[in-house]
Amino acid sequence: MVKTRYSGQDKLLLTVGYILLGLFVVAIIVPMIYIVVASFMDPITLQNKGITFDLSKWTTTAYERVMSNSQIWIGFKNAVIYSVVFTAVSVVVTLLAAYPLSRADFKGRGFFNIIFMITMFFGGGLIPTYLVVSNLGLVDSMWAVILPGAFSVWNMTIARTYYRGIPKELREAADVDGANELTFFFKILLPVCTPVIAVLALWQFVGMWNSYFDAMIYINDSARQPLQLVLRSILIQNQPESGMISDMQSTAARAQLAELLKYATIIISSLPLLIMYPFFQKYFDSGIMAGAVKG
Amino acid sequence: MKTNSTTVPNQRQDKGFHNTMVYVKQHWQLYVIFLFPALALTLIFKYAPMSGILIAFQDYNPFRGVSGSEWVGFKHFTRFLSSPDFMGYLANTLKLSVYSLLWGFPVPIILALLLNRIQSTGIKKKVQLVLYLPNFVSVIVLCGIVRIFLSVTGPVNLLLGTDINFMTMPEAFRSIYIISGIWQGAGWASIMYTASLSNASQELKEAAVMDGANILQQIKVVEWPAIKDMVVIQFILQAGNIMSIGFEKAYALQTDLNLPASEIISTYVYRKGLIDGDYSFSTAVGLFNTVINVILLVAVNKIVAKMNDGQGL
Repeated sequence: MVKTRYSGQDKLLLTVGYILLGLFVVAIIVPMIYIVVASFMDPITLQNKGITFDLSKWTTTAYERVMSNSQIWIGFKNAVIYSVVFTAVSVVVTLLAAYPLSRADFKGRGFFNIIFMITMFFGGGLIPTYLVVSNLGLVDSMWAVILPGAFSVWNMTIARTYYRGIPKELREAADVDGANELTFFFKILLPVCTPVIAVLALWQFVGMWNSYFDAMIYINDSARQPLQLVLRSILIQNQPESGMISDMQSTAARAQLAELLKYATIIISSLPLLIMYPFFQKYFDSGIMAGAVKG
Repeated sequence: MKTNSTTVPNQRQDKGFHNTMVYVKQHWQLYVIFLFPALALTLIFKYAPMSGILIAFQDYNPFRGVSGSEWVGFKHFTRFLSSPDFMGYLANTLKLSVYSLLWGFPVPIILALLLNRIQSTGIKKKVQLVLYLPNFVSVIVLCGIVRIFLSVTGPVNLLLGTDINFMTMPEAFRSIYIISGIWQGAGWASIMYTASLSNASQELKEAAVMDGANILQQIKVVEWPAIKDMVVIQFILQAGNIMSIGFEKAYALQTDLNLPASEIISTYVYRKGLIDGDYSFSTAVGLFNTVINVILLVAVNKIVAKMNDGQGL
């Protein structure tokens, strides 16, 4: 690192810059703190005064009500299943396909590349895709959410770029040992690709966990809805599960309670990913550079 | 001579074909085990729907199928292209994505340049941790937060002492969309620039500092060259995707009253197709959108290639 001495003008520029950066950080943290605190308020205080830091007035009613609701847990369970299966299928298919396409001697490479690349720019669109999925009988099945997006051409190019960076000597050593393609791929190539595998898995997992569109159009059965669809009815459509608020006498009290429950719902549903994320942070930089530069 | 000149290429072709067959036989695993799953998924879920585009030129009836439905040519295209509603949605789509791009594009670059100036790695890591955090909040939760914060009884109104219903105002929709987008995505998008900046030449930086270059001059000769390629790539990708601006967030921020600004092509395609069941019309709109998108992508790539000494994507 170079020792830097800044001139007066530079100092001003830097100060303004850091203030802006600081404001950005504050703009992220303050709403998050507000939501956490608000989730412990009682509904009437929340509506009239917003939040208070007076701990004696805090209550966990909202959490008890949200957590006693079965639909949230069904949503969690389905989200875990969908995300895990989707990540597994997607990463395996993507890593496999990237291998032949990474080899200069692979015959048909250009042809298959074009087949895959076209789909990045051109597609059938919503209705034709919906009709294909529904003709396959996949409506209300988890495979409707998992299979159509399982192979990502973009992720494949990232894996391919990564493979190409692996020293040729590894391959040659395997050839001498007479290892076949499968042995080479699983025993030698994949073990040295863990950073890119981790990043692809993380992207796919987070992507599936947080999305709702495919589930909204393909899954009607409420027992199979993933978390985001359950959240959508509570947060966006203002339809909390009736059991959560039905014991309240007046409409006004129900509305106040419904508003409070939103805060607790946000916390409960977002916590798992937000807690997991710092543990994966180290993979981000390495993985993103693996493919983001050149496709 | 004449026979020679015709037979030699033929032999060569035969030999080439023969070689290919030998190669495929030797390396069958590459095709059957490695490539096949991806190819099957692509053919079923990407190419089969492409043939379904035919229904844009029909009055498609799900019970009769493509072969039994009546062909109507460009009827659906003329229908939406001549409708003022559609032109409004097209304008909404373009405004939303162009403004998102113009406001949102520079933010991650500035964030990365500022992060790069922070000398203490401890502080830098903590700031990054916070900046990346909103990326892990789902679209639904983000829009849920926006809705409760901006509701009549929400904290923003409590703070301002007003009772404005922002979510019902068409004129507020784009600002809400863009600001929340920057809040959620800018930190995460800065990763790529941060990573590119780590490749900036240290010698060049030292030389620039020795020569007494100020910060802006340093950025020009040291940092900008390191991130320029990334900036170009990101710009092409985002500008090329102007027409395919996401469904999920716009739909989750829609209310009946802000529709004049919030109805964009993707939400319109969904509404017409899956809610109203007008399959052919919806497919026609979707196809129009895709074609414009492809044209845009090619055009942007050409323009950038011209500006960037012949190097596009």
